[in-house]
Amino acid sequence: MKTAEQLQQIRKTAFERLAARAARPDDFGLKEARRSVMVCGGTGCTSGDSKSIVDALDRALAENGLQERVEVVRTGCFGLCELGPVIIVYPEGVFYNHVKTADVPEIVESHLKNGKVVTRLIYKESLDEKGLKPLNQVDFFRKQQRVALRNCGLIDPTDIDEYLAADGYKALEKVVNSMTPHEVVETVKKSGLRGRGGGGFPTGLKWELTAKPQADQKYVICNADEGDPGAFMDRSVLEGDPHSVLEAMAVCGYAVGATQGYIYVRAEYPIAVERLYTAIVKARDYGLLGKNLFGSGFDFDVEVRLGAGAFVCGEETALMNSIEGKRGMPRPKPPFPANEGLWGKPTVINNVETLANIPPIILNGAEWYASIGTERSKGTKVFALGGKVVNTGLVEVPMGTTLREVIFEIGGGIPNGKKFKAVQTGGPSGGCLTEEHLDQPIDYDTLTALGSMMGSGGMIVMDESNCMVDVARFYLDFTRDESCGKCTPCRVGTKRLLEILEKITEGKGTMEDLDELERLSIQIKNTSLCGLGQTAPNPVLSTLRYFRDEYVAHVRDKTCTAGVCRSMLTFSIIEDLCRGCSLCARRCPANAISGQLKQPYTIDQNACIKCGLCLESCKFNAIVKA
Amino acid sequence: MSHACGCHRTDGQKLHHIKEAIERFKHMRGALIPVLHEVQDTYGYLPEDVLHLVSEELDVPMTDIYGVASFYSFFSLEPKGEHIIRVCMGTACYIKGAQSLLDRLSTELQVKTGETTADGKFTLEATRCLGACGLAPVLTVGEDVHGRLMQGDIPKLIKTYAGPAKEGDRA
Repeated sequence: MKTAEQLQQIRKTAFERLAARAARPDDFGLKEARRSVMVCGGTGCTSGDSKSIVDALDRALAENGLQERVEVVRTGCFGLCELGPVIIVYPEGVFYNHVKTADVPEIVESHLKNGKVVTRLIYKESLDEKGLKPLNQVDFFRKQQRVALRNCGLIDPTDIDEYLAADGYKALEKVVNSMTPHEVVETVKKSGLRGRGGGGFPTGLKWELTAKPQADQKYVICNADEGDPGAFMDRSVLEGDPHSVLEAMAVCGYAVGATQGYIYVRAEYPIAVERLYTAIVKARDYGLLGKNLFGSGFDFDVEVRLGAGAFVCGEETALMNSIEGKRGMPRPKPPFPANEGLWGKPTVINNVETLANIPPIILNGAEWYASIGTERSKGTKVFALGGKVVNTGLVEVPMGTTLREVIFEIGGGIPNGKKFKAVQTGGPSGGCLTEEHLDQPIDYDTLTALGSMMGSGGMIVMDESNCMVDVARFYLDFTRDESCGKCTPCRVGTKRLLEILEKITEGKGTMEDLDELERLSIQIKNTSLCGLGQTAPNPVLSTLRYFRDEYVAHVRDKTCTAGVCRSMLTFSIIEDLCRGCSLCARRCPANAISGQLKQPYTIDQNACIKCGLCLESCKFNAIVKA
Repeated sequence: MSHACGCHRTDGQKLHHIKEAIERFKHMRGALIPVLHEVQDTYGYLPEDVLHLVSEELDVPMTDIYGVASFYSFFSLEPKGEHIIRVCMGTACYIKGAQSLLDRLSTELQVKTGETTADGKFTLEATRCLGACGLAPVLTVGEDVHGRLMQGDIPKLIKTYAGPAKEGDRA
């Protein structure tokens, strides 16, 4: 338990560390500066072994006697996962990418000891003819505005002092000491914040509805069951800034009259889970969770519950059943969670990113937040940008930013000289948008009107080598697999949709199948019990709407122009280009390639299993698929 | 490689660990799933005799336990192989060729997705998005992450793990 004075002192001490990280190169003489080395500890970079890099840094710093002058901080995600493992050195703001353990001695010796930046490892976008650009001038960061991700990459997520220094727990202190619960609800309502998990329901209204009923116990749940394939916004917030979520849950508890919170997080996110546990222990230790917070008499504590690998548990009522120890199947609504939620008590359930926005809204005011974004979608949105895009990673932009800005300016466009074909938003519940939609502003209502949806923030870019029928099939395979089976339209309907799509991708489809797809999709949408079934047909409907010619090509001409659907492919060897090296024949798992050394080889089409391994192995581009 | 799972423990130690976990969770509401997580982590699957113990101690009927255990993909009622290969089938990985990795693994190991090889070395699984989209396509072997793979890399990868199991090498 820390007193207000102690907290103040902790904030002051830790703030000096934070301030050094934000400083600009010009403010410092390079050689003498105290430096901070920020190593990305997000999942992407950790997979790239960023932990060994931290160990190697510690070792090399000790060898060079630099421990006192250089601090090494393992942070949350910087966002540029494509370039991982990533290191940023402050105060200069030097951005090193694709760092290997073997590069560490050079970085320490040259840069940290002698002040000479290691040019070959610098992210090339951050260099121009004048030298090093400040990071906020780099294309990837320039158009971003970080609210939910404000601390990710800047603080050590395992160090509560750094969160405190970054204005942490000030919002909680403010609400319990100087605001009524009603005022808190009104502030969130006025900010215009809408649920970031996909539904887009106004957060303040949700809190108001839960604050109303009288009950001996109410609950706050943080939905961290981020299940959309290709989405990792919530994971990054939990990994990079876990305290912001805990603080927001306590603020919500105060506003609605709840004293207990639960975080339901995917078991597939071990780093996030570990950092949450650490954060909760620290917060209790400091008296920021538990009894009588800030001497106000308000109690609030948080427990973590692990998911067990069921996508449907992202649906709020299914999630509550799962916390109760049951099969994670959705309940019919009404009653809504605001009246009868967890264990039958009034419950607020908010997504991770939604909650991460709460502390800044309380501290900076509803008007500030409402000034960002569009008429009906306020604030910023975090997107997990992935697929066929140069800068795979995590971006946060004001609502109303266009798809083109995100994909081409921040994302750097399509790699390998390929052409943009579609962007998928909203995961298995969303749809695919095309070239003509690139200048549309991103907000809830625009995306829904176009037949896609905001969803939780996955944004997958596709190029000309992706088949849109196959993409629809992929999503239906996912939803069919994840359908809980409680209601018939979803259980049976998704299976039938998938069967038709498989028929088409195997070259056995008919034109009637296309009408059937549409009819069945609309039926499933209208009659399913929960959001999973109601949105499962969206990938089919949106691809039918914008890429109908591809469906027709599969059905009528039996061709897949993208070259993805295997039954329609043939692999052949161009005689003139083949050198007869035999590599393809040796690699072929089906022994379908034969010939004599130094003579052109041939592929036996009947034996070919169309795996494409020959194409991958040929060094002379002599193999083509059509 | 050090790891958190309890596969190196003896049977007696495992059972003791589960009994402790039950004591810890017993008085918490909704204790069943946390306890099943402990059993899964400790044994690598949910052995029937241990579930009987859970049923008695938590006072939850076996039918309910079966209902829960079979609902969630994290829980398995069958023992798994020594190395679990999980191919990420998230969208980013899929459009960058995860299916061809899965197919190749299936051919090389001669198992279908979800099955374990006859020698008990490998279990092949397709998994939900691992969130390492920057490394797509990604697979994990035990706790090791392998990213930016092509199907041609698969035979070498299998060879790395197929050698005789060393102490502490199990995932």
